[in-house]
Amino acid sequence: MSTLQATAATPATSAVTPPAYKRSRGHWANVAARIVRNPLAMTAAVILLALIGVAVFAPWIMPADPFATSMFTRLKPIGTPGHVFGTDELGRDLLSRLMLGGRLSLFMGITPVLMAFVIGSGIGIFAGYAGGFINTAIMRTIDVLYAFPSVLLAIALSGALGAGIVNALTSLTIVFIPQIARIAESVTTQVRRSDYVDAARASGASAFTIVRAHVLGNVLGPIFVYSTSLISVSMILASGLSFLGLGVKPPEPEWGLMLNTLRTAIYTQPWVAALPGAFIFITSISFNMLSDGLRSAMEVKQ
Amino acid sequence: MHDMITLRDLQVQFFAPKKLIRAVNGVNLTVGQGEVVALIGESGSGKSVTLRTIMRLHSERSTRIAGGLEVDGKDVLKMSQRELAALRGDTVAMIFQEPLLALDPVYTVGAQIIEAIRRHKKVSKAEAHRQALSLFEKVRIPSPERRLDAYPHEMSGGMRQRAMIALALSCSPKVLLADEPTTALDATVQIQILLLLRDLQKELGLSIVFVTHDIGAAAEVADRIAVMYAGKIIEQGPAADLLTHPRHPYTLSLLKSRSHGAMQKGQRLETIGGAPPDLSNLPAGCAFAERCKYAVAECSSVQPRDETLSPGHVVSCLRVHQIAQINPVAAAAL
Amino acid sequence: MTDERDIGGPRQPLLQVRDLLKHFPLKGKGLPFASPRSAVRAVDGVNFDILKGETLGVVGESGCGKSTTARVLMQLINQDSGELVFDGETVGSRALPLRQFRRQTQMVFQDSYSSLNPRMTIEDSIAFAPTVHGLPPREAITRARDLLARVGLQPERFAGRYPHELSGGQRQRVNIARALALEPRLVILDEAVSALDKSVEAQVLNLLLDLKQEFGLTYLFISHDLNVVRFISDRVLVMYLGQVVEIGSSDQVFDRPKHPYTRALLKSMPSMDPLQRTMEAPLAGDPPNPINPPGGCRFHTRCAYAQTVCSQRAPTFSSDDAGHGVACLRYEADTASLFAHASSEVSHA
Repeated sequence: MSTLQATAATPATSAVTPPAYKRSRGHWANVAARIVRNPLAMTAAVILLALIGVAVFAPWIMPADPFATSMFTRLKPIGTPGHVFGTDELGRDLLSRLMLGGRLSLFMGITPVLMAFVIGSGIGIFAGYAGGFINTAIMRTIDVLYAFPSVLLAIALSGALGAGIVNALTSLTIVFIPQIARIAESVTTQVRRSDYVDAARASGASAFTIVRAHVLGNVLGPIFVYSTSLISVSMILASGLSFLGLGVKPPEPEWGLMLNTLRTAIYTQPWVAALPGAFIFITSISFNMLSDGLRSAMEVKQ
Repeated sequence: MHDMITLRDLQVQFFAPKKLIRAVNGVNLTVGQGEVVALIGESGSGKSVTLRTIMRLHSERSTRIAGGLEVDGKDVLKMSQRELAALRGDTVAMIFQEPLLALDPVYTVGAQIIEAIRRHKKVSKAEAHRQALSLFEKVRIPSPERRLDAYPHEMSGGMRQRAMIALALSCSPKVLLADEPTTALDATVQIQILLLLRDLQKELGLSIVFVTHDIGAAAEVADRIAVMYAGKIIEQGPAADLLTHPRHPYTLSLLKSRSHGAMQKGQRLETIGGAPPDLSNLPAGCAFAERCKYAVAECSSVQPRDETLSPGHVVSCLRVHQIAQINPVAAAAL
Repeated sequence: MTDERDIGGPRQPLLQVRDLLKHFPLKGKGLPFASPRSAVRAVDGVNFDILKGETLGVVGESGCGKSTTARVLMQLINQDSGELVFDGETVGSRALPLRQFRRQTQMVFQDSYSSLNPRMTIEDSIAFAPTVHGLPPREAITRARDLLARVGLQPERFAGRYPHELSGGQRQRVNIARALALEPRLVILDEAVSALDKSVEAQVLNLLLDLKQEFGLTYLFISHDLNVVRFISDRVLVMYLGQVVEIGSSDQVFDRPKHPYTRALLKSMPSMDPLQRTMEAPLAGDPPNPINPPGGCRFHTRCAYAQTVCSQRAPTFSSDDAGHGVACLRYEADTASLFAHASSEVSHA
């Protein structure tokens, strides 16, 4: 006892920063190492990076003006000189619209999930740690929202809020909050029960400190992985909303909206009409594969 | 009368990413008919792996087995999947440490036993039910008729273990493999199960291989005891002989590590320094050499061979005779 | 070794446990808010003292309540009634608020893996508690490394590692270091060595003895392994179905057990001699469920000595002059004569 106190009280020791010993590879470094060895996940990652890169740099690299209409070059097929991917029903270059449209589509896929992640995790972790009556009250309220099918809820909220990007983002965020909150609560409850949290309580730490130091690090990972699997759903829902006229307004390029306006062209230029859908499909699958890869990389007990 | 189980220079290796785990390295063991052999060792000694290899329970893809393995006169390593399925349950049955993991939670225990009986013998459901009932009586489960309709989670630990024994015996096997069956039980229940196993063994003439880390449990049931370390049997012999005259340094320390007996209050326990070796990186010589207080230079480079000291008592140690002279009253602490 | 925090002096028990009660209500069938029909009576009136500087062993089987008692002592669960008095002060009172009590009492759990945050390095795990109580991070890390060295793990090799990189025995040493980080006076060890291999267990037991001497600790040692308890404990407490049935010195309880349950427990230890095996199980059946304990003396349904009075009247706990206490009607003045004396004092061989 006295030996320990002497160590703490010696002025020399408290002034010297203890030497940094070599730290083992942390959890996330291990996850990264594992996921890099997963060919499917890496392919998906490359595809996504390419898509995001193209979307970000679209204004500078697109071959033509995505808003330039022309009645003479309507619905040209793929491979037309000057329009590699053909043109849409108003004669606009499809490749340019797809590239620029990627911005909005990806934005509307990722942003609601990101916001729902923050809000949903907050709610779920709080409910999970608090336990008891507070947990029940919060989670059963969340369940009310969760009971609605997501598509219906998105449409209803969008309809109530009105069309437009901001409203669409809001309604999608609200759709995803319950799902993320449920996962967050479930994982937090599990962690809450573990011995190391008990040990932290036994050391007299406040609930806030325990959540910050012990709970967050162990729950955010699984919640995050679950959330990434929602991105593809979000993209499709956003496209759906635009398709119905509730999200993006023309002439803004957005993959879902493009699917809508090219609907009738299915009979004359099926390949061109299917392109926006193909891009939605590729992006969704890639997000899903990446999310799966992340989940398996995290599953190993380390 | 042939031996029920014969292991001849058995080697079992597991393929793990980037390394080869040598779990069992040359095990020689025979179990006669009606004989009970206890395999003692700590984690990583290879005792559970040896047991599971007898039924070839490991995944074929990531395991390599070499050496001789015969059960009831038949070569197990050469068996097809169908022959293996016939072997399991009928000739060889196994009980585990945690019955909750071995019993299916969505079926009653009675249903599981009846299913097992009907899979191996052609009997009617009613007859199988009658047999299940008599099995429950044999393992001394009170109110057996009622308990047949219970689900595993509705039973207490001791009762579940009895149910698992009943399941194992349902097809009248000749060999019972027991993997730490009493480790998870309370003391008063453990002794009941040990006595039950002993009585059943006498009544049915079973050969039993009993894996445990508890020397006391081994002493209660075993005719012979084999001590394993780093995948090899370093000493084996008749139970009484081995416990009163242990000859291998590891066996000596294992028996002394027990804190009961002659230990004085306030004294420190005798411990073996160091840790068990890495099974993917075993030394050339004796695996125990680096922790052994009697080791000499030769021990780290030369593999000790099995030496028979007295009928049935085999030790694998280069210095076994010298040690006996240094430490003649090794077993006094017991 | 005098401790500056010692208030009551060496004669005062470090911890007095008074009439501790903890029931876990079972949800009754029906409406969620209906009053529960029955409860698991995990701790049902427990009284004992832990003396300064001793190691008090606690033995008992599943359902006896020893783990729940430990958690109540740590105040990880709150008791339904009863109080804890630490060195003369009631825990939770103004003189001894909970936070201060926590600095003086710590616990080592059974599962060495789940007791450590898998995302934190070893030294961070150990340094956590001191930082919570105000120690600057640098000093906390230094203290953590000191403790690692004390428990036999070289800081240079282990401080930066994660729990999954350690063996069971090493992790348990880390847990012990973590428990000592706040410089407690009482350490509760709940089956702390039960999951370890025998050789590793011996090392950790030696370590616990060394640390106890060096830091002047008091231990509450819970275990199902009677050999280990006998070796390490000064006094031993036996629990059955949520109650204390016997207390005494290690020698008293192991050599001259009074309570029939203690005797049965001791007789259940496997004999180490293959030529003299146990022929009969001392107790039949499984340890009962603490949901509906038998009336009268709780052990009477399995007791070899039971008489009619045992099912009608619950025994009261009383100690003799040597400090050997028991709750059994065979030792109570007005009922003792109802029991045959023939083999009652044969000591356990």
